[in-house]
Amino acid sequence: MENILEVKSLGKNFGGFAALSEVNLSIRKGERLGLIGPNGSGKTTLINCISGALQNDQGSIHFQGESIVHLPAHARTRRGIARSFQLPRPFRSMSVLENLMVPLAYVGGVSGAKARNQALEILAEMGLADKAESSSASLSQVELRKMELARAMAAKPQLLISDEAMAGLSGSEVDDVLDILIDLNKSGITIIMIEHIMHAVMRFSERLVCLDAGQIICDGDPQTVVANPQVHRAYLGD
Amino acid sequence: MKYWIVSALALLLAIALALSGANEYIFFAGFVVLQAIVLATAWNILGGYAGYVNFGVPGFVGVGAYTALAMHLLFQAPILVQILAGAVLAGVLGLGVGLLTLRLRGIFFSIATIAVVFILEAIVMNTRFLGGATGLQLTRPALAWGFDSYTRMLFVAMTAMAILAVSVARYIQNSHIGQGLQAVRDSEEAAECSGVPTLKLKLIACAISGAMLGIAGAPLPMYLSYVEPASTFNLHYAVIALAMPIIGGTSHWAGPLIGALILGSLQQIVTVTVSSELNVLVVGVLLVVFVVAAPDGVIGLIKKWKTSSK
Amino acid sequence: MFGLLLGCFYAAVSLGLSVAFGLLDVPHVAHPALLIVGSYGAYLLGGWGIDPLVAGILLMPVFFLIGMLLYRFYYETFESRGSAAGVNGLAFFFGTAFIIEVLLIVGFGVDQRSVSAAYIGVSLQLGDYRIPYRLIVAAGVALLLTFVLTLFFSRTFIGRAIKAVGQDEGALRLMGADPVKVKQLAFGIATAVNALAGAMLIIVSPVDPTMDRIYIGRAFCVVVLAGMGSMSGTLVAGLILGVAESIVLTMFGASWATAVAFGLLLLMLGIRPHGLFGR
Repeated sequence: MENILEVKSLGKNFGGFAALSEVNLSIRKGERLGLIGPNGSGKTTLINCISGALQNDQGSIHFQGESIVHLPAHARTRRGIARSFQLPRPFRSMSVLENLMVPLAYVGGVSGAKARNQALEILAEMGLADKAESSSASLSQVELRKMELARAMAAKPQLLISDEAMAGLSGSEVDDVLDILIDLNKSGITIIMIEHIMHAVMRFSERLVCLDAGQIICDGDPQTVVANPQVHRAYLGD
Repeated sequence: MKYWIVSALALLLAIALALSGANEYIFFAGFVVLQAIVLATAWNILGGYAGYVNFGVPGFVGVGAYTALAMHLLFQAPILVQILAGAVLAGVLGLGVGLLTLRLRGIFFSIATIAVVFILEAIVMNTRFLGGATGLQLTRPALAWGFDSYTRMLFVAMTAMAILAVSVARYIQNSHIGQGLQAVRDSEEAAECSGVPTLKLKLIACAISGAMLGIAGAPLPMYLSYVEPASTFNLHYAVIALAMPIIGGTSHWAGPLIGALILGSLQQIVTVTVSSELNVLVVGVLLVVFVVAAPDGVIGLIKKWKTSSK
Repeated sequence: MFGLLLGCFYAAVSLGLSVAFGLLDVPHVAHPALLIVGSYGAYLLGGWGIDPLVAGILLMPVFFLIGMLLYRFYYETFESRGSAAGVNGLAFFFGTAFIIEVLLIVGFGVDQRSVSAAYIGVSLQLGDYRIPYRLIVAAGVALLLTFVLTLFFSRTFIGRAIKAVGQDEGALRLMGADPVKVKQLAFGIATAVNALAGAMLIIVSPVDPTMDRIYIGRAFCVVVLAGMGSMSGTLVAGLILGVAESIVLTMFGASWATAVAFGLLLLMLGIRPHGLFGR
């Protein structure tokens, strides 16, 4: 099975500080990857480099065999990489439906009634159909998170990166979002999940990668990674 | 469809008025208000739709005016060519400022636009050909199309340009581009990740906004038969171009129109009844009041009133 | 030489903006307008026979309060509202600057105003050069201010808290400091510095209400050239601008000299937006 994403020797510096160094990561098509690591380990920086929000300083990134390092973020989205944000960023002046119409138009080239129908379908899958016409500024936290995911889905991605979509949610809300992600994966989408809620990560991931101080310290089967002493030290300190 | 009928009627009305024997003052005041409509609408395409604040409106007006002047001096160009040339150069200026600063945060774009005004003014003041600091008097060619005076003819021209400006704004707002710009304004990062080519859209907005600001300035040489830097690069243009959309409402094409009509009329009243310094103060105060208390402008207030009375 | 002294003065003028905009990220385009208010304040107090430098110092506490209130208002109205705050915040400061300018015109007229003091009008003779004392005084005060502020921001707890709040509000909160109060304090300091700078402005040259426009260029040029939030960088940047303007003045004349600041600003934005010393 081919790799949908190949990251080689990736490095990113901020001033003199190396946020990422020598990161190597290969992701198989359809994989469910969990990305963990303590705060400041570089998880968000890594996905920012993959999605194009940041430009990497060293290394290469290949998506479906094609190098994407020179592409701006919107072009990468068009190629099939979508992401949700840790702090939801809704288009506040638009309704929930209109929020989804943006990627539908700009990635899928779909507009008008066709777009509305597709948007409603996606919202229904997320359990947000009844909020379609509401202003996105009026949604609750969990609804905002779901809309973030819905909007990412409207870009019809092959690779979806979910950045702490469940932070701050209650138990049942976490399960809600988790079920959505598992369903999405079943339909063929590769998913990278960054999360701190360990039971969700364990339930979701086929494979776990742990980052610390900008480098991958462990990569493999979830049970093994979680038992790894280096990982323990990263989270708890020496 | 309704929109086009109203616009056509407005233009016909303007022409009829100009060919009649009505008082010259109407055309003078009308020109000022129409020019304000163009300025406000143009500004709003970048400021309201995309969220980038242009403080350098006088610079673009100046480019329009001085390009028109140059066309007249060099080629005896007819007024339409002057306006077109002014639009093109002002559009290029908009694009240039955009290319320079749009990768940075919004405030740097705004500061760069202020810089543009001063630099352009300095260039003009040191260019003999364009009249330098003292300005240039010019002889206007004979009037065409049966109008009695340049004031009347340019009144009609300005009406046409105001209709053009508002039509462009309306088209953009309802189009693909408008949708993208709205996304950029709400959250540029999320827009990029939704496939919106944010830089390209912002540059388009810069160019169109700049060009339209240019056409507001291009008729000035012919209108006044005299051009000089101080009044052309006047800060006044910057304040009204900002105040009118904010007062009227920045998210809709009708906002700048409403703002221009309200403020324009108010200004005429205050100037005539009280004083012209106070007139300028009124604009500033209204701007601040609206920005603080009613940031969505008159249109926002109307919307709120409609939803609360349901 | 003249350029260097002028440069020191420009640095002083920009210090307040360096704090307000450089450290706090407030789009404070009304900063130069407040500078001119400081000048007029010194002028008014000069009418009672108070030396302009003393007047500047007397005005500092008043301006400090004004700065605190202004920030509080800005924060409550704009920063806490989120998203479209960018456009509205800028428009607010621009409108305020404009109102200040008009009120000054209404109150004082468009003519230039100046002050008199023992050191104005006399010059120091150094070999072939005659250096006006007033420039030396202004430069001296500017250097002192820069020194004091640099120490303040690196040695005192409050100073470092202000530097930190611009970079990481969350960390500051964890340390037990209220970011809003810290920012308020910083803005107050920035405005107080402005008062003294305004007094110096009117010492150095006559003042009229429209001068805030060109000082927008000079102050932002210095702040951008220096890099956001670097106090000593502001001094160096001010010197560069001062020298550049003097050179252009002698070679090309006054009408080009005023555009220098703006030209330099655009150049920096294009090549190196984070300035010479910025983070």
